Amino acid sequence: MAQQSPGSSLASLALIAVVVAAGAGAFAYTAGWLSPDRVSGATLVQALTPPSGPALGHRRNHAKGICFTGTFEANGNGSELSRAQVFTAGQYPVLGRFNFSTPDPKAPDATSRVRGLGLQISTPDGNVWRSAMIDPPFFPVATPDAFYALLQASGSKDPDAMKTFAAAHPEIAAFGGWAGTAPWIESYAEETYNGLNAFLFIDRSGARHAVRWSLKPQAEVKSMSGEEFAKLGPDHLAEEITARVGKEPQHWTMVITVADASDPTADPSKAWPEDRRKVDVGTLTVDKIQPEADGPCRDINFDPTILPDGITVSDDPFPAARSAAYAKSFALRMSEEKDYPRGDAAKQGTQP
Amino acid sequence: MTQAGMINTRTRFTFLQRLLHWLMAISIIAMLFIGVGMVSTIAPKYVALVATHKTLGIAILVLAVVRIIVRLRSGTPPLPLDLPEPMKLGAKLSHYALYALMLAMPLLGWGMVSASGNPVVLLWGIHLPAILPHSDSLFTLLHTAHVTLAFAFFALILLHIAAGLFHALVRKDGVFQSMAGGDTVRNG
Repeated sequence: MAQQSPGSSLASLALIAVVVAAGAGAFAYTAGWLSPDRVSGATLVQALTPPSGPALGHRRNHAKGICFTGTFEANGNGSELSRAQVFTAGQYPVLGRFNFSTPDPKAPDATSRVRGLGLQISTPDGNVWRSAMIDPPFFPVATPDAFYALLQASGSKDPDAMKTFAAAHPEIAAFGGWAGTAPWIESYAEETYNGLNAFLFIDRSGARHAVRWSLKPQAEVKSMSGEEFAKLGPDHLAEEITARVGKEPQHWTMVITVADASDPTADPSKAWPEDRRKVDVGTLTVDKIQPEADGPCRDINFDPTILPDGITVSDDPFPAARSAAYAKSFALRMSEEKDYPRGDAAKQGTQP
Repeated sequence: MTQAGMINTRTRFTFLQRLLHWLMAISIIAMLFIGVGMVSTIAPKYVALVATHKTLGIAILVLAVVRIIVRLRSGTPPLPLDLPEPMKLGAKLSHYALYALMLAMPLLGWGMVSASGNPVVLLWGIHLPAILPHSDSLFTLLHTAHVTLAFAFFALILLHIAAGLFHALVRKDGVFQSMAGGDTVRNG
């Protein structure tokens, strides 16, 4: 064994310490521990949490909802745009969730302007398509960072916070206009649900088409004022859809809107012009409603980046940000299972 | 020592063992950085990072199995006779832990995605079967284990690097060269 002087041993040990410290430092930097301003899925979920704390066991946003199952019947028209099996004529099983935007699973229905639909379509080739859509015609803000800033501003004690936010993000005005003037719709069954984010469909030749999708109700739309809607009761939406689907299945047409080369795909706050090519690709049928506590949608993460072969993310930055936040929300609520009882305990819990 | 004399007289790991070691060193370190990096961001790269993490994880699982088979067949060069017993024990235990983590981390990750009810999809649209049923409690257990052991894995790798450098720079006993290669003709 070669021996060396104590001095050179010390220098070697110092070098080893430097290597280890550099490794640990690079790791800490990558993990964001040295960058408190970096926005992660956890940061977004924290910003969505009300001052009173989260509703344990529930989704951190769109917390009030109800499960459904049904089918998607593709008419084959979508095959020209995407090679995904889901667009080949045929019937595919669906599960989903009607919901509205709130951190509180007990919030009265009239407290939220934004309703949503989570959807999962499975095809025999093993592919799964998940999507979470909402009823506004465009998103309130242009970027995920702006969404985080919006959450911060709306939770801020500073009375000018929203004004400052609106000045920096003028696109919020259009959303404010929609939320202030759009009529209230009486039923989940009468809502239009919009994907809002742009995705790329890949056809059999490998060509890519930028698209957005929507579900248009086949039911007649009955709208009313906010006051009239509030009078229907705090749990009207779930009660109404349960009774309605109990009588007969409800249907939506899935409409794919194809972008022109000039249309922005990275900004869901901007609707594409109305005259864009639209393709009806099939019909969603909802034929069974189940309470969330025991329903098939409860433990499903409607992550918009879970896509079948033939659909992929575009340069729209939202699906990635939503995926990160949904993953955090999912991990939290899975670990809080005992706070959201199933079965008989759940039934007792919902009866006042 | 009861192993064959041929093994005990080797001073190097075999070429295949060294190739596997360094390939996996790069993969595993990249994997740990991708793991902590992906959960720290909501940027568009999140989607690609998660897909890469899953794919690289399965690659590491396959490499780990191959590596353990090769290790069982080829053995290891002996540790220096003058290495103190506590260091020998530390070397032995830390290597068992490293092998265990190489196998466990990908399996925990695969199991965790399976238990989440999400499809298990790698890069290039490669689908893997779920290896566990959809379950809140299983997901939570595996997720916690995957995250906790990731930090333990990184700490162990730092210790492993420190020990390797200690052999190379302080003891100069040939242990580092047995894996690093070096100026002598490789054998094995």
